[in-house]
Amino acid sequence: MELFFAPACGVLLAAAVYLLLSHNLMRIVLGLLLLSNGVNLSLYVAGRMGRVIPPILQEGQAASTAMANPLPQALILTAIVISFALMLFTAVLFERAYRALATLDTNSMREVEPVASTGSRREAA
Amino acid sequence: MTPDLLIALPLLVPLFTLAVCGVLIRSPRAQLAVSLAGSVLLLTAAIALFCATYDGTVVSTQFGSWHAPFGITFVADLLSAAMVLITGIMAVTVSLYIIVSTEGANGSSSRFHPLYHGLLLGVTGAFLTGDIFTLYICFEVMLISSFGLLVIENTSEQLDGGVKYVTLNLVATALLLMSVGFLYGLTGTLNMADLSRTILTVSNQGLVVTLSVLFLIAFGTKAAAFPLFFWLPAAYPAASIPVMTIFAALLTKVGVYALLRVLTLIFSDQLHVLGPFIGVIAAFTMVTGVLGAASHFDTRRILSFHIISQIGYMLIGLAIATPLAIAGSILYIIHHIVVKANLFLISGAIQQAGGSFDLKALGGLKRREPLLAALFLIPAMSLAGVPPLSGFWAKFVLIQATVQDGAFIIAAIALMVGLLTLYSMVKIWNEAFWKAPPDAARSAGVIGHRIPVSRRWGTLLPMVSLAAITLSIGFFPEPFLGYSVRAAEQLLNPNAYTNAVLGDTTFTALPEIEERMR
Repeated sequence: MELFFAPACGVLLAAAVYLLLSHNLMRIVLGLLLLSNGVNLSLYVAGRMGRVIPPILQEGQAASTAMANPLPQALILTAIVISFALMLFTAVLFERAYRALATLDTNSMREVEPVASTGSRREAA
Repeated sequence: MTPDLLIALPLLVPLFTLAVCGVLIRSPRAQLAVSLAGSVLLLTAAIALFCATYDGTVVSTQFGSWHAPFGITFVADLLSAAMVLITGIMAVTVSLYIIVSTEGANGSSSRFHPLYHGLLLGVTGAFLTGDIFTLYICFEVMLISSFGLLVIENTSEQLDGGVKYVTLNLVATALLLMSVGFLYGLTGTLNMADLSRTILTVSNQGLVVTLSVLFLIAFGTKAAAFPLFFWLPAAYPAASIPVMTIFAALLTKVGVYALLRVLTLIFSDQLHVLGPFIGVIAAFTMVTGVLGAASHFDTRRILSFHIISQIGYMLIGLAIATPLAIAGSILYIIHHIVVKANLFLISGAIQQAGGSFDLKALGGLKRREPLLAALFLIPAMSLAGVPPLSGFWAKFVLIQATVQDGAFIIAAIALMVGLLTLYSMVKIWNEAFWKAPPDAARSAGVIGHRIPVSRRWGTLLPMVSLAAITLSIGFFPEPFLGYSVRAAEQLLNPNAYTNAVLGDTTFTALPEIEERMR
């Protein structure tokens, strides 16, 4: 199982890095989405996988290695919820930035760090 | 007070203040009062915790009453308690500043308070947690609050800075989460005290070195270390003054704290491998930060770049990793939080008095605001390390530690960067306070722009109190230095920490789970 999922993490993360290197805000937000999913999957793989039974103990029953490890799943659940909220915020922020700055190109978003030769745009205006 | 309550209060107070401020969003005056009360309570809780740990006892508690490696652990040792205390001081100072500097309450300030206490919750949580996954959660709490705070006024400048801040920080937290996951995969535990023991039994120690580098990158981005600092100058200058102050005081320092904690507790065996590497990072961080500051003429940008430069000094401690060097780093963090917050508050006052952040448009403030000029000189000279102010002692201890260790190059760089810091501070002094106001400003009528007399003392009060802390560290360095040395020794001998969390018996995960994790 790990042999199959480990390359899948790799592919997701590689695609995420490729998209994050772009200058386009749309691609960046998709890259962030893939990044968080790739990381969540790698978290799952790191907790070991295999053909296992649910970790539900009856009274008097002892835990065994045939049972799934519930902790990574709890961790991923937390991480998914957090990344969902952060993704929503990011999408809204990028949309607002697009409306305010009228561009999706990160190279032309220079309000805070104006290009030195032209001086501060704010002062010129 | 029981130890459970002692540790829980610095987390519960901001949590409840956040909730109440959120409910009171339509009644700004009540919200302001609740916010200030919450900050004062946080400071009180922090003082109680500080007193309880002052003699070197490590206090720990398990949320949910599960035993140590399984429950969610919160721990306070000397370093955590000091960091929580300084967070409380900053919380009160910034709350005071907000009350006196805003006339009544406007639209953005009612959204400010819930986010502000959310930020404090994340920061105190990160300082107190003894569980590496909870550390990640606290970073996220801190991050989401800081996102909201950064873009609170919705100007195009803030949205622009927000895009870069959000993107780069999300990548860093994703990396942090991945490192936490791999650490769990390698050891089968998330409890930091338990990790410090089980990490030694990992058969593939090469992977542990790789993991320590992953953590270094993730926390290094949070701390704004070279070459991962680009989010900071892209975002901080856009924020409003109270937001900028609390960011400058706390955010990057949480990254440095996490590095100190994780590298001394979990990766203590790897620290000597990473040491020279961290030394190079520290040197480049100091130099690039100070050069960036030297090239700018906007007080906010100069001060933002100086944060980066100062982070380099804090990393020296980890590079040398002797007790004295770590003590120097701790003292530096404490000194820097106070001084940097003060400088950002003063840059806000300069803008109020002179009408601009741009040094070229400012001038003549020494005559018009002599008190502000004096207040500026104290933290500015302290930042540069002029004796006998707090920065001098922090730099002195660090440089003494580097020279003892034979790292003369880092010592030389640190001294040179101190000189360049002095240059930047003198530049602000000359341009904003000393030179005559430029003709353009005079004709534009900016000259009449000044802090109203009725609010002058209120505005200056937070700065006066922070300057008083700087002066007291400067004139009575002994208690602060002694405390830092004790905190450093506690960091480098984590037995007290692990015993407080796990008890004296080695109580590890179920053997079945252990077996599966191999």
